[in-house]
Amino acid sequence: MRKVLVLFAHPKFEHSEANQALIQSISDLENVEIRDLYELYPEFNISVQQEQGRLFEHEVIIWQHPFYWYSCPPLLKQWIDLVLEFGWAYGPGGIYLKDKYIMNAITMGGSEEAYSHEGSNKYTVEEFLRPFEQTARLCKMRYLPPFRIPGTHRINTEEMKDKVTEYRNLVISLRDLDDLSTLNPLS
Amino acid sequence: MEGFFAQAIIYILAAIVCVPIAKRLGMGSVLGYLIAGIVIGPYLLGFLSEGEDIMHKAEFGVVMMLFLIGLELEPKNLWKMRDLILRVGLSQVLITAGLVFGIGLGLGFSWRISLAIGLSMALSSTAIVLQSLKEKNEMGSPTGKLSFGVLLMQDIAVIPILAILPLLVVAGAETTGGAGDSAGLIDNFPGWAQTLFIFGAIGLVVILGRYAFGPLLGLVSKTKLRELFTASALLIVVGIAFLMQVVGLSPALGTFLAGVILANSPYRHALETDLDPFKGLLLGLFFMAVGATINFSLIAENTSVIVSATVGIILLKAIILFVIGKFKRLTLPENLSFSIGLSQVGEFSFVTYAFASQLGIFDGEISDFLMAITALSMTITPIILVLLDKLILPKMTKVESNDREMDDIESKGKVILLGFSHFGSTLGRFLRANGIEATVLDYNPDQVDFLRKMGFKVYFGDGTRLDLLHAAGAEEADILISAINNAETNAKLVHLCKENFPNLEVMVRAKNRYDAYELLEMGVTNIYREHLDTSIRMGEDVMKKLGFRSHTIHRLAQNFREYDEEALKILVQYRNNRKEYISKVKSQIEMQESMLSGEMAKKFSLNDQAWDSETMKKTLNPEKE
Repeated sequence: MRKVLVLFAHPKFEHSEANQALIQSISDLENVEIRDLYELYPEFNISVQQEQGRLFEHEVIIWQHPFYWYSCPPLLKQWIDLVLEFGWAYGPGGIYLKDKYIMNAITMGGSEEAYSHEGSNKYTVEEFLRPFEQTARLCKMRYLPPFRIPGTHRINTEEMKDKVTEYRNLVISLRDLDDLSTLNPLS
Repeated sequence: MEGFFAQAIIYILAAIVCVPIAKRLGMGSVLGYLIAGIVIGPYLLGFLSEGEDIMHKAEFGVVMMLFLIGLELEPKNLWKMRDLILRVGLSQVLITAGLVFGIGLGLGFSWRISLAIGLSMALSSTAIVLQSLKEKNEMGSPTGKLSFGVLLMQDIAVIPILAILPLLVVAGAETTGGAGDSAGLIDNFPGWAQTLFIFGAIGLVVILGRYAFGPLLGLVSKTKLRELFTASALLIVVGIAFLMQVVGLSPALGTFLAGVILANSPYRHALETDLDPFKGLLLGLFFMAVGATINFSLIAENTSVIVSATVGIILLKAIILFVIGKFKRLTLPENLSFSIGLSQVGEFSFVTYAFASQLGIFDGEISDFLMAITALSMTITPIILVLLDKLILPKMTKVESNDREMDDIESKGKVILLGFSHFGSTLGRFLRANGIEATVLDYNPDQVDFLRKMGFKVYFGDGTRLDLLHAAGAEEADILISAINNAETNAKLVHLCKENFPNLEVMVRAKNRYDAYELLEMGVTNIYREHLDTSIRMGEDVMKKLGFRSHTIHRLAQNFREYDEEALKILVQYRNNRKEYISKVKSQIEMQESMLSGEMAKKFSLNDQAWDSETMKKTLNPEKE
């Protein structure tokens, strides 16, 4: 059983039904730790030592956040900037994250179709997430395909329920499955 | 049994024995007192024979209870209830009185007697019903609201009933000047003058409540003599009761009115706290007296008549109330507790029986019968209610919807804020700006007055008094904030809360480091030193003016504060070891020193090396990032 760390960043969690449902669905899982970054660091004063300690203990990391302007909310960016230190996460001696699994789990207002070369956003979600993917690669982590809930502006409750169950099952698989190389979150 | 002390001992002992047993059995205190009264009454142990006499005196407990209930009901809430009081209450009184009147005629009584009985029996027992509702915490429930509305109307109805009774005596019958409890000093005046007096008295109560009681209490509270405040509170209640009696109105109604007017005053919680024990004792005495007046030998001789009459009247009242409850869309369980709860004949009928006897409407025998029926009904309905609550309702209530209308009686705030000086008021303003209305208590009458004028809802009171905290709702509150700067007061408060409200989260303002240590040692975790944040923020601005970048300094300030809070927790142990021989001042200096040397030795790690390319450059030299 792997230990899963969910790094959750939403500046207005109390208004995000999608993220509330997602967090709720995994909050009772054993060996899954959720770190609500905006609750922990309201002044953006991230404790690098603590964060690195947590990373060290877990084997699967999930960045869960809304997809703001094709990226993450600023606190998660700050987290990446400060916690993934040179000489710890990458560079010489930066070996502490090696071979860990990492994944983005995002909620987005736009539909899946909008995120295509023909769509209004012109690029796919995977393409927008390249900086995250490359960050993971530089830290010698294994980047998994992103989990996403598209079209949260117009999703109905049934669809939302399905997506939330899907997320929960995915997190369970990440925790329990022996071989993660074949895992496809979208299936 | 002779003498005051002996009497007092008997009453108190009976209460102490019976009431806890009744409570243990889940019966509520009313039944316990009633049983205590029966036990010490003339037919069991025979300790007392003058229950009736005591009952009249103890009725003052009902008067006080209505004052206290008035205190919890603001005028605007009362106004909201006008429809309930008028329509529901009035129909109950009229229908019940009418039906009993008809039955009385049918049984062959004269119309006068029937009418007197009908009017008396229409009323329910305010004392029993409200006391039970309060104990069950149901005053705000639909049942509670409806019951209260009906009871209030009944209390108002007392006025016309007392006015009608003398009219039943046709000229020729002997009318004595002194007529029972309603013996007014104004009886000798013509009717129009009496009416004028009545309105004058009500007006006087309103004016006094508005303009006189507040300043009086303010003046008294400035002396800081608690007993004087209690005495003033008693004066208000007794004074109004007296005034009402003079003009022949129900004292309970008058004090209720005064209570409503004072509900908006800052002294509300203080009044509640001071009068509550009196009310409790007097009501207990009253219930015991009712128990003692039950004439068991009369009942034994006429068992079938009295029992069937008692059951009949309870049934009749309950059915009428049930129909009313149906109209007001109560659910079946609610309606059952409403209709059965109010189905007894009330204490007020003791007054009317006596009055009617004096007027010559009743003879002694009828009066005795009626009193037995009334007392019996007052004893039986609490028993039925207990059975209903314990056996029947649990089976009926599955999942009742919780989303009913909120109660009219003002709900208590979840946050209690003690001390409304500059510190407390800033805090209070911030909370209010975000929709949290705290219940605020302050001990400075001038301050309270001033803040009231500014539109803050502040109550006068000493927050270290347990009873006052109860009145302010400490039991249901989530958080208690002490914005008081006196360390001893805070210490007292912390102990008080720990002992009595273990679930209440206590957040305390501390004047300085030294006070914070004291609080830490008491196990308080939420400590706020009043100068910490401001002085650091000022330091931040100094650094900025010296040319440092804002963001860097801001982060340094954050870390400094965190470090300071942590150091507090560590140094508190160090302080303990030397507590015995270092004076307060000296230890303060030592602490300051150890803090300062610690700061110089400690290099603050800013946690943001990643923003600094120094280390990278060094490692990667001569490579370029």
